[in-house]
Parts: sequence; C-alpha cells; structure tokens
Amino acid sequence: MTEMVKAMFEISMYGDRGIRIQLGTAISKKTNERIRHFSVLLEKENIPGIIEWIPAYTALSIYYDPFLISYDSLVNRMKSLYEKHSLVELPPPLVTEIPVYYGEEYGPDLGFVAEHNGLTTKEAIQIHTGTNYLIYMMGFSPGFPYLGGMSKEIATPRHASPRAKVPAGAVGIAGAQTGIYSMESPGGWRIIGRTPVKLYNPFDRQPILLRAGNYIRFSSITKTEYEEIQTAVSLGTYEPKVEQYRGE
Amino acid sequence: MEKRMIEVLKPGLATSVQDLGRSGYQQLGMVVAGAMDHFALQIGNILVGNRRSAAGLEVVLMGPKLRFLKDTVIAICGADLSPTIDGKTIQLWKSYRLSEGQILSFGKPVTGSYAYIAVSGGIQTPRIMGSRSTYVKAKIGGLDGQYLVKGDVLPTGDPVLGCSGRQLHPNLVPDYDKPRRIRVILGPDDKSFTKQGIRTFLTGTYKKTSRTDRMGTRLIGPKITHAKGADIISDATFPGTIQVPANGQPIILLADRQPTGGYTRIATVITEDIPRLAQIQPGKELTFEAVSLGLAHNLYMRRERMLKLLSQVGQGVHP
Repeated sequence: MTEMVKAMFEISMYGDRGIRIQLGTAISKKTNERIRHFSVLLEKENIPGIIEWIPAYTALSIYYDPFLISYDSLVNRMKSLYEKHSLVELPPPLVTEIPVYYGEEYGPDLGFVAEHNGLTTKEAIQIHTGTNYLIYMMGFSPGFPYLGGMSKEIATPRHASPRAKVPAGAVGIAGAQTGIYSMESPGGWRIIGRTPVKLYNPFDRQPILLRAGNYIRFSSITKTEYEEIQTAVSLGTYEPKVEQYRGE
Repeated sequence: MEKRMIEVLKPGLATSVQDLGRSGYQQLGMVVAGAMDHFALQIGNILVGNRRSAAGLEVVLMGPKLRFLKDTVIAICGADLSPTIDGKTIQLWKSYRLSEGQILSFGKPVTGSYAYIAVSGGIQTPRIMGSRSTYVKAKIGGLDGQYLVKGDVLPTGDPVLGCSGRQLHPNLVPDYDKPRRIRVILGPDDKSFTKQGIRTFLTGTYKKTSRTDRMGTRLIGPKITHAKGADIISDATFPGTIQVPANGQPIILLADRQPTGGYTRIATVITEDIPRLAQIQPGKELTFEAVSLGLAHNLYMRRERMLKLLSQVGQGVHP
C-alpha cells in the first residue's frame, strides 16, 4: 500500500482584503514548487476581484476587492482551483544567466571569502558559478531575489558593520546565502563581484527581471564583456540569456 | 492635451505626487506606495471633477507654497493644515476656482497629518509601472522620484472649471479628534502570542511615536508577549498589518511598506479605519478593537458604494 502524505493546504483570513494560503511549514524546494504552481493557476484563471498575490516561502497571500468578490466565494474558488491543480501541467522553470565580473574593485571581499574558506579566489568563483540558484521569493527591495542553493564551501559571515552604500548589481554572500543588490542601498554582505544587468529598471518594458520559482545561474565575465553588456543595458538592447531548467 | 502648470515656490516638509498606488508588482518585490489616506484623495478628486484614481499632491504636516500658472479648480481634503489662497483661509472638503497666478499656502497643522491637494485634470507626471505615485527609495513617481523641490513645475490635465463650489456633506467629513479606536481583524499570526499578549494588545493604550512615516508607524505601550518566537519565515504584508517584533511594541505597516516581512503579525487594521489611523498625529494615543470580517466588509461596501455614487454624480455634471 502506498502511503500518501496529505500536502498542506490551509486558507486563513488576513485582514478584510486578504486571504493567506499556506502550502508548507518550512523553506523547501517542494513547497516553493507548490506555491509556483498555484501562482501559475491564478495567472491563468484571472479571477475578477483578485488584485494581486504575494508568494512567499511557505504561503501565498491574495489581495482582493470585497466589492467584487466575497470572502466565501474567494475561498471556494481557491479550494476548487486547488483540487484541479495537479491536472494542470506546470511549465518548466527558467534559468536566467547573471554575468558577473568577480573581484578587484567590483568584488572587494572576494579575497576574504576565499581565504575564510581555505580556497583560492578562482576556486571560490568556480563554486559560486557552479550551481543553479532557486528564487524562493522576491522582496526586500524591488527586484531582489531570495536565493537558495549556495554551497556551504563559500559561506562567509557578514561584515560586522554594514557599508553605507552598496551599488545596484553588487553580488554578495551573507552566511550561507548569496544575493544581488537590486538597488543601491546600505548593506553588510561580503561583495564578491558585480553584474552589469539590471534586476530593477522601472523605465523598461519589463521593469523587473526575475520571478519567484525560477532559477538563476552566475557566469564569470571579463572586464571587456562587462563593459559591452553595460552598454547594451543602457541602450536597452541587452537580452538576458534564459534557458529551461533541466535539474542540477 | 493642454498642460496647466503648478509652480513650487516652497516644497513643504515632504510633499509628493500620489495616486492610489502601484498595484500588481508586489510579487516582484515592488512597494505599492500611493496616498496614505485613500478616502481623502478620492473625495478631493470627486470634488474637482476627476476620476477617483487621479494623482494629487500629498502634504505632510507642513505644507508647500504653490503658484497656479493657469485657471483651475482645486480642493483640499484630509488634515487641516490651515490652507489659504492668497492669504485668505479656505475650507477643507470643498472645491475652489483659482485664477492664473493665485498662490496656495499652508499654516499651522490643526488636526490630522496628511492633506491632499486635488487639482482638476489631475497631476500628469509620467506613469511608471501603472502609477504616478512617488516612492522615494526606488526613485520613481512624481517628477524625479523624489519629494517636491523648490522650482518644480507640475503638469496637470485639462480642468473642469464648472465644478467649483462643490462641497462634501458635513455628515461625511471624518472627525480626526474622535476617540482613536482602531478596529482590526486578528491574525494571521495571532496564535504566536500568549492569551495575555492578545488581551494586552486589545486593552492597552498605544502611542504613535515620532518614528512614523509613509512606510508605517511605530507604537509604544504595554508589552505584547509572544508564546513562541517573534520571528517568522518571511511572508506577505498588507496595508494596516500590525507586526510585533521581540520587544513587544507594535509596528503598523502603511503605504510604503515592503511586500514581505519577518515579524509576527498580530492583526490587520480594517480598510475603513486606515485613513483615520494614518491621520493620527505622532504623540497621540490610540486603542485597538477586534471586529468580525462581516462588520469590516459591511463598512467597506458602504464606503465603496458612497464613493461610487458621489463619483457618478460628480462626473454627471460635467459640461
């Protein structure tokens, strides 16, 4: 007999304009996939009265207009959507390549990260570029991806006191996490490189580059390549390299 | 379209272009922004013949000094920050015809925190990601993604000059000095608090501190105790969500909140009460009351019907 573990699906009230659908209790790839699945369904169904939704690590919260859809009918719609959700095939996630110039003035902490982990800087870059990183959710600042999947071999504690200004595009490590600053802001992450690609460009047709549930992959580029991409980005001609995710 | 203009002679404390916000992008980490008091902005728009969602100017405590370069109609709604036209006091919640060259300025804050200047034709700064709302941290909206500065000239749409003299019925004008009881719906993390913690939250008196801005307001009062930890795995926040970090002092999230946060959420302020909450001046006190979703929705529907009706009447008298 096969044992079926009933997957979590709990709807709760969240203020007078929100409902929260909990799909897991811990940060996991599986839960993230369920949340992405539900997001895709919501996108397809385009239910009147649903204004938007916010996927997070373990839940997806929906913001609605009670004038257009009542709480009860919204909850019922979500239940029936959930029942048929396994019948709808999920499109494969995408992997967006993030080109990075590592080290030197763009990555002042690369040496420290390598040294802290007993590696050469080249090895640290190889490890950092050697994985696909799952985008668990977006937040913190516009276009900022919360990434999972970094190797422990390059984990490094944050700076004891944060830098006053970290530029947009800075790629950093904080503990066992890696991330990319989407806007200039103060920050304590160890900065190992910088990408010329803009994660947040409000004046662009696609103002935010990444989506939760997809992946990114870092690639190491030369200074010349960095400058070429930077020019293309500023001219609006840069096309990010995107491919389908095929597993690790 | 002819562009009417408003010249900024003095910018005020933090005057910004706001509409009803930039919705649809929160799943990408984008802040919604928009007016702190949606009700006052929408009424202002109706009084000057605009659509409810048109952009106006949000004024905080200390207002700007503006010169109108063309004939238009304006209305000031929300906080009473002692508005005057060419030095003469004007009423709130009422539309006035202005002639070219007239000057709008503000004096002492009397009641409330946020006043809205609605201008017939609406403020027509560029729309970015579907909205004109200013969000300073991401440098978008308004003229250059910042608060107004001296010398700015704001474009506006064509005015409906015939709509001057409109006034909101006095029964509908909110009273910001009324007992400051803010109604909430408990959750989604109310289980993270002790019973005593919830009781403290619902019976205690909390003061709005000076750490209050467009992002939210920090309160100070009796300590709310957690049953488990104060941190959660980062999750969605909504307008009016009340977070309680480990220090037990609530933080209410408002227009410029980040879409996600990592503190336990004890409750969310009902939509009807968010404008009143936003208008409470720092240093003043408030209390919380838990209500049912049914009650919150009745209030929501009543307000929405009223705004729809006023808006239809307002649009109907257009020349």
